[in-house]
Amino acid sequence: MEVDKYIATGILELYVAGALTAEDNIEVSKNALQYPEIQTEILAIEASILELTKSVTPNYTKRLGFDDVKVRIGERKNTKVVQFPQEKTNWAAYSGWAAAILMGIGLFWFYSQNNELKSEIQVVESQNELMEQQIFEARGSLASQNDLLDNLRDKDITVVPLGGQEVSPDSYAKAYWNKEQDKVYIDAQGLPEPPDGMVYQVWSLKLDPLTPTSMGLLEDFASDDNKVFALNNPNQSEAFGITLEPAGGSEGPNLEQLYTLGAVSTS
Amino acid sequence: MDQEELVLRFQKKDIIAFERLYGMYWENICGVVNTIVRNKSLAEEITQDVFAKIWNSSDSYNPSKGRFFTWILNIARNAAIDKVRSKSYKNQKKNLSADYFVGILNRADSSDEPEEPIDTSALKKLVLNLKEKCLEIIEMLYFKGYTQKEASSQLDIPLGTVKTRNRSCISQLRENITLEWK
Repeated sequence: MEVDKYIATGILELYVAGALTAEDNIEVSKNALQYPEIQTEILAIEASILELTKSVTPNYTKRLGFDDVKVRIGERKNTKVVQFPQEKTNWAAYSGWAAAILMGIGLFWFYSQNNELKSEIQVVESQNELMEQQIFEARGSLASQNDLLDNLRDKDITVVPLGGQEVSPDSYAKAYWNKEQDKVYIDAQGLPEPPDGMVYQVWSLKLDPLTPTSMGLLEDFASDDNKVFALNNPNQSEAFGITLEPAGGSEGPNLEQLYTLGAVSTS
Repeated sequence: MDQEELVLRFQKKDIIAFERLYGMYWENICGVVNTIVRNKSLAEEITQDVFAKIWNSSDSYNPSKGRFFTWILNIARNAAIDKVRSKSYKNQKKNLSADYFVGILNRADSSDEPEEPIDTSALKKLVLNLKEKCLEIIEMLYFKGYTQKEASSQLDIPLGTVKTRNRSCISQLRENITLEWK
């Protein structure tokens, strides 16, 4: 058989179209099996028809797809949900629930952790406030100590030691007298705490004749930290004395309760 | 797995093979059906039914009597033409013209059917420089499903001329495709 001539008749194109008689079809099929060139030509013709028919397909944004065909041939139930056999464990559902529960626990844990952290922050904040307060107070205290020290170191200060007397021989005190500013600082650290209802009173004394003048009281003795008391003293004092007096002080000193006494050195 | 193997498996009710064949030919079948019914969603509906039909009658395909594609093409054309001839379709679309395939080009040009869902640019490239006679005979044989005899009497030309004219037209088409691929 002359294959080329056979192909040139155009019978293969009609074979692909399905336009031949049943006998012609069988004949072409036989020839295609026998002659590879004929088979190749048939495939080439079919490819061109496939190309042509493809070019007239409408554009679908979403196709029904093969699943729809499966439904039509009864290979698939018409439902979107895949049916799991009853006896099989539904792992998808179980793991879904497990994940949800874990997630819930996780969320609760984060929530409580967050709350705990918040309260910790609050505690730290209040601690900070307390610390600030203390630092502030300490600074104030230091500043006042410095002030005190400055005052006692002043070149115009006359230091008068007051010795213990009969009532309390171990007692002592010091008077720092700034004559320029008419001020006396009494360092009363060496005095015992006064009993309830009693108060120390400081006196400026003139010796000849003995004339006491009250300079003031050492108020709140017990609660005073540094036991240094600032008093005004405009007098021409020759000595200082400290007596124990009833609360509020006395007009004149009770010399029986004279705790300390010291004369201003004249040099 | 080549096409013959797929078809064999398909005939043994292998659904995987069927799905592959569906993927291979869905667009072609839908294109032909739509050319006949001129309705996008209806074309898809018919195409799905055609594939269901070939699954259910897979035994009736005989490879010694023709190509697999030729077989499903024939089933699709018949299904589409049945639909067009049905009462419901006629009521829906009264003035249906008979120019299936050639009509797509003409209509796209005149644009009096704006709902035409086909992008004709690919088609135009394929049938570029094909004469009216070619479009006519290709339409008859591949889209309308005319037999050689029917085409011969319709065109009033001898049987042999149907074959040779069609061959030269398909050759032209193949040349265009080859050019396209380059």
